[in-house]
Amino acid sequence: MNKQVILVVEDEVQLQKLLKITLESSDYKVIIAGTGKEAVTLAASYSPDLVLLDIGLPDVSGQDVLLRIREWCDRGIIILSAQQNETDIVTALDNGANDYVTKPFRTAELLARIRSVLRKNGNAEQNPEYQFGNITVSFADRMVKRDGLPVKLTATEYNLLHLLIRNEGKVLTHRFLLKEVWGVGQQLETQYLRVFIGNLRKKLEENPNQPQHILTESGVGYRFV
Amino acid sequence: MFRYGKIAVPLQVLICITTVTVVALICFLAKSVISYRADALVLLMVVSVLGMLFDIVPVMIAAVLSALIWNFFFIPPILTFHIDNTEDGLMFLMYFVVALLNTVLVIQIKRERRKLRKKEEEAMIIHLYNTVLSSLSHELKTPISTIIGSADMLENESIQLNENQRKELISGIGIAGQRLNRQITNLLQMSRLDSGVLHPNLDWCDLEDLIHQLITTNNINDRVQLQFHDPLPLFKVDQFWLEVILQNLLLNAIHYSPEDSPIKLSVTAVSPELEIVVSDKGNGIPEFDLERVFDKFYRVPNTGQSGSGIGLSIVKGYTEAMGGKVFAQNNKYGGADFIIRIPLEASYLNQLQHE
Repeated sequence: MNKQVILVVEDEVQLQKLLKITLESSDYKVIIAGTGKEAVTLAASYSPDLVLLDIGLPDVSGQDVLLRIREWCDRGIIILSAQQNETDIVTALDNGANDYVTKPFRTAELLARIRSVLRKNGNAEQNPEYQFGNITVSFADRMVKRDGLPVKLTATEYNLLHLLIRNEGKVLTHRFLLKEVWGVGQQLETQYLRVFIGNLRKKLEENPNQPQHILTESGVGYRFV
Repeated sequence: MFRYGKIAVPLQVLICITTVTVVALICFLAKSVISYRADALVLLMVVSVLGMLFDIVPVMIAAVLSALIWNFFFIPPILTFHIDNTEDGLMFLMYFVVALLNTVLVIQIKRERRKLRKKEEEAMIIHLYNTVLSSLSHELKTPISTIIGSADMLENESIQLNENQRKELISGIGIAGQRLNRQITNLLQMSRLDSGVLHPNLDWCDLEDLIHQLITTNNINDRVQLQFHDPLPLFKVDQFWLEVILQNLLLNAIHYSPEDSPIKLSVTAVSPELEIVVSDKGNGIPEFDLERVFDKFYRVPNTGQSGSGIGLSIVKGYTEAMGGKVFAQNNKYGGADFIIRIPLEASYLNQLQHE
């Protein structure tokens, strides 16, 4: 099997080295771009399976690089962002990035994100049934069972859950969730989202206060794992 | 302390002229009981008092004006500038000289005092700066030394390390890195606050979710006891700011209280206010420092704990940027309570039972 190719766009040399070692030790082929311009060129010539893009590049805005690559490339893009810049992260996700990792990051976390995004790229097909924890969801008859007993979900709750499961492992922004579940025009009413996420957790999580599956990505959105 | 230069000079001139005129008028009306020589002393006193309060030009004007008034209205023959008697002439001259001398001396004293104060302020700033620098450089350089030193040890082939020692060095690098990360994050936040260009990014927030997540990420579930009064509504708040505030308060409470003692975090929605109280069982805060703990770089002396004095100033900064208030008090357990009140829009949508 051919190694999957990851394009790393990062200007800081030490971090380049760390990323190269980390990724190569997980059996990926790594290409490194130090600038935004180089990134666009290399992305075009190698057509990598995944791009790991530092959003704070010195030469051009990382958002621009993201948009340029997204114009023609539908492969996974993961954003590397300096801490606590939710606005940048949300913009990048709305611009088509698949996920994000904040600096400083744990390498295990980075690798998990990469695997999840690569998996998403590879297989889009869906099983008729999905299981997590003690919950079983069968998509054909929209049934959700907890320990074998049916759980009553409202239509909206089910739609939200379905959307989360379909995007397992991937962060979903508030705006995206609102648009998909409630339709255009409701994008700003995040209070609905909070309420329904809260309800889903109460019905599906073992301990709704320490959710294991429906996770909050502070200031950005939610992630189902 | 009277603040010099607060009143504009033209206004000072007006006040001087008015005061001198009014006092002279009173003296003039009381001519039958006060001799004109005593009036000279009264006027001289007025000029001295004005000299203590005002700048040199207005006081000069007062001195000259009062001398002329005294001459014109009080020295016989009155209503002329003419002086009959040599003694009166001498007194007028002396009046003039003393009034001017007075003014000049007072102004000089003021100038000296100002210089001294400036020096004291400078010394205080230098002292503060040095304290800040030494505590900050300690906070930053310590983890950096750990990282560089450990890397050296691991790199050095002539040093034989056993597996345990290697592991310890490696985990030390990780811990130091995280500590450095916290310090830098705080410094960045402080400069964000200092820049004054902060706009809250308001959105509906499930506070219970935020708090549970915060204590889980910081791995302090075991230390923090949560107390929510009634189910909390959703609040419209800058989530990130609130997280920073809570994280700083909680980590601060943990830092300054005995290991394993519980930290209580209670949240109450008293419409339209959100009240958050963080209580610890540490040693409390000296009465004198209750307000000062929120000052930038201020640290309660002799706590035996390291720190940069930034955390609580960030708490105060963000709380006030959201229109709220924060204050500290000592509680009955001997520890400290930090209380935050922020007026916030609340939504009870989350307490409805149906869609």
